[in-house]
Amino acid sequence: MSIRAITEEDIKNLEILAAKYPERRSALLPMLHYVQSIQGMVSPAGIQTCAKVLDLTPAEVAAVATFYTMFKRFPMGKHHIGVCTNTLCALLGGDELWKELTDTLGIGHDETTVEGLFTIERIECQAACTVAPVVTVNWEFMDSMTPKSLRELIEKLKLGAPVQSTRGVQITSISDSERLLAGFNDGKYSDSPLADDSMLAGLRVAKQRNMSAPAGKGVK
Amino acid sequence: MALTPVLTAHWDDPKSFEIESYKKYGGYVALSNSLKMTPDEVIGIVKDSGLRGRGGAGFPTGMKWSFVPQNDGKEHYLVVNADESEPGACKDIPLMLANPHSLVEGVAIASYAIRASKAFIYIRGEVPHAIRRVMNAVEQAYAAGFLGKNIQGSGFNLDIVVHAGAGAYICGEETALLDSLEGRRGQPRLKPPFPAVAGLYASPTVVNNVETLASVPAIILNGADWFKSMGTEKSPGFKLFAVSGHVNRPGIFEAALGTTMSELLDYAGGMRKGSKLKFWIPGGSSVPMLTPEHIDIPMTYEDLSAAGTMLGTGTPMMFDHTTSVVKAVSRWLEFYKHESCGKCTPCREGTYWITGILEKFEHGKGKEEELSVINDVCGQIAGRSFCALGDAAATPFPGAMKYFADEFRDATRIAADASFPPSATTIFDKAGV
Repeated sequence: MSIRAITEEDIKNLEILAAKYPERRSALLPMLHYVQSIQGMVSPAGIQTCAKVLDLTPAEVAAVATFYTMFKRFPMGKHHIGVCTNTLCALLGGDELWKELTDTLGIGHDETTVEGLFTIERIECQAACTVAPVVTVNWEFMDSMTPKSLRELIEKLKLGAPVQSTRGVQITSISDSERLLAGFNDGKYSDSPLADDSMLAGLRVAKQRNMSAPAGKGVK
Repeated sequence: MALTPVLTAHWDDPKSFEIESYKKYGGYVALSNSLKMTPDEVIGIVKDSGLRGRGGAGFPTGMKWSFVPQNDGKEHYLVVNADESEPGACKDIPLMLANPHSLVEGVAIASYAIRASKAFIYIRGEVPHAIRRVMNAVEQAYAAGFLGKNIQGSGFNLDIVVHAGAGAYICGEETALLDSLEGRRGQPRLKPPFPAVAGLYASPTVVNNVETLASVPAIILNGADWFKSMGTEKSPGFKLFAVSGHVNRPGIFEAALGTTMSELLDYAGGMRKGSKLKFWIPGGSSVPMLTPEHIDIPMTYEDLSAAGTMLGTGTPMMFDHTTSVVKAVSRWLEFYKHESCGKCTPCREGTYWITGILEKFEHGKGKEEELSVINDVCGQIAGRSFCALGDAAATPFPGAMKYFADEFRDATRIAADASFPPSATTIFDKAGV
């Protein structure tokens, strides 16, 4: 897979990130997200560039890049798919989803399909245990998955058909997610669905049973 | 005790994450009120309320704020720990999705109180949906004059930077988070000095959890006594409980502290059909498990501590009779092994050894004497590492042995999947597949 070169425009964007912080080095994680958004990985060239912008050694940047699981040192496919196999998700079905995914795509953890469409990963707890088992596509959540809904998801992504995340936006690519994580707001905050059943579970019971917090003097 | 929706009260408003909706229900009034008080008065109210940190440790929030030295001529910083990654914890991310302005307002009030003019919201990288909502809330708050220069003519300035992590559970530990925010490997620092004295860029810094800060506006608005009218003396107020696992209606239940697990289980629709509760974890995998006999214990810091566990994040995971304890513990240890930052030898090596042995038990090939080996290794990790990750890694196994030692002995002969078929543990039948 060919990796796009880092351009002058990219350097400008990296400078924008560095300028957000009282000490420029604080921008290193966002900058690595940015590099990953344009190259699909944190490449040696990406490490060199970040080092140059922040006046660090490449070794200092590499030490950081290799610490964090989200930074990949191999080219990812267009879509990154994660299956939570931490205890709760695993037991509620995550293990079976992982098997389904690896069987369907014929690849394993941190591997990419030959046509470059999917990279898959066993991921840790995603803070969405109330909608377990959880799958992520480009880190957008797909809640309460089953083997069947996972197969359908893969088919849709293969066809390029629209896929709406259950908590996030319409799926585009890992590059777009990484650009957001770098700090460049895509303005899609209202594209996500409304609060779901699990988020409203308590409020609904409270309303049914006429329970509320004590009245306060404030407006809330 | 009862459900007490405060933070969640308006999550069913279709635009709950927009500033107009937040203001409609009294949003940002607490900030205006705070700016008319002195910072010390604001700290005083939060201290009086008895609010304790909602990230797991339960440290009194007002006291934490008061530790920041004043008139020291240094920059002060507020850093929001939005790195929710504890297995089982799933309350801060929904809060940031549904009601990000309560966090932004809490950040503004807390920053004013500790005299910080720069705040950072460090959100784990794996949740772009929550990051978008918080980014937008911050932008809306700037546009409405609740952030930026000379806020509401008070002379108080505040800038907020929304910062994404990159996949490291350890960054939920406050000093590791600060190192990460400085652009380094997320490894914990030795304490003291505590962040209140030397935190971000070696300046006085307060690190607070999302839910903690989001609770502040309601306290300022309604007063400390109102807050204390909920909960118990040592655990006042409301709390987001996120109930997950083999229950009929998993979700977020906001209730007064002191509500029991049996009440929460009732709100969550009980255990799924034909199933019996086997064990549960009150607040993330880092706290010891409990059994059905404990479900009437009030969910407070003090009562759960007396029962040998902790409130932690207040996010109970419920497992039914189809669940293998051996497999559950084995998987948690794999997690701690993966997430150990490698700085301290006992944690780095210990998690590796325990995982190797537990894997044998999971496959029915453990040896009985190895149970004491695991126990010994746990003892060598606990209290011998820089941060709480080591202690947490040494928690699930002894916790499980206390109640399910027989099951571990069975695992010297029978594989976990044979004793507890995974097809029975999954919840796919609920989805009709």
